[in-house]
Amino acid sequence: MIRGTIVVAQDICKACELCIAACPQDCLELSPNLNIKGYHYVQLKNDTCTGCVNCAIVCPDSAITVYRQAKKPKAA
Amino acid sequence: MENTFIPVGMEVVYKKPQTLTDTPMHYCPGCGHGVIHKILMEVIDEMGIQSETIGVAPVGCSVFAYDYMNVDMQEAAHGRASAVATGVKRVRPDKFVYSYQGDGDLAAIGTGETIHTVNRGENILMLFVNNGIYGMTGGQMAPTSLLGMKTSTSPFGREASTMGYPLKITELVAQLPGAYYVTRQSVHTTANVRKLKKAIEASFRYQKEKKGTCFIEVVSNCPSGWKMTPIEANEWLEKNMFPYYPLGDLKAPK
Repeated sequence: MIRGTIVVAQDICKACELCIAACPQDCLELSPNLNIKGYHYVQLKNDTCTGCVNCAIVCPDSAITVYRQAKKPKAA
Repeated sequence: MENTFIPVGMEVVYKKPQTLTDTPMHYCPGCGHGVIHKILMEVIDEMGIQSETIGVAPVGCSVFAYDYMNVDMQEAAHGRASAVATGVKRVRPDKFVYSYQGDGDLAAIGTGETIHTVNRGENILMLFVNNGIYGMTGGQMAPTSLLGMKTSTSPFGREASTMGYPLKITELVAQLPGAYYVTRQSVHTTANVRKLKKAIEASFRYQKEKKGTCFIEVVSNCPSGWKMTPIEANEWLEKNMFPYYPLGDLKAPK
């Protein structure tokens, strides 16, 4: 089950790799493609993301939006 | 830049604060300024004080802070951000006022303004970003550069006999009776970013209670000026900057 995921604003990512270092699940990598500024932007490499928001907090360009699986309402 | 794609069945847990504009930042990759801008704006967003906040932008790398921060901003002459913030606060005492300065601005050309603003106990928040170098003009030696640090104006390393010792302006300021809350934080890891956020929140709270000057130093990096990758720069920061500039509260209210 996918617990979380991120969406990277590809055109403002500057490939500083701080998010890759901050990710405890090791699920980020640089894309082989270039963005409009000529940087290899960041992308998810597998689905182990837990939505812990570490990458988004250290991102200097606020390029990462984090999503997490909505909590199911508790069964009565 | 707004993301229009929303994964199915997921909820947003973290997104860029709406107090930060969509203008792409001009900072070098990995620069601490971006994180500090974001955290400051997050606090303003969460406290709901966007319309009551006035910021003062400095001269230095963060000179375009007014382009990124979606609050009322005023640009100040080099080193004079705290003096301008004093004026703003005295005319509009009901507003939240902060100045945002780098080390060349606050600790070199603006030392006099800094010390006297804190000594008068002005009710403002002073954010001081210390990266030990003049980043904007090409990596010259700053008063806060460490001993032995190679910069473009000290190519053989900073020497105490001719260039003096690194200036601990935060320790100086903590001695003054006007200072209410003086702390040193950093933004190189997630945990430290969260601590900085708490410190900024507390400072705005003290400002509302009219307690005195709050002074937050943020030990930051300069990957371009230090000629390192962002990850190397953060490691260097931990190994070399922290022994001389230890993190923690220097003056905290009891």
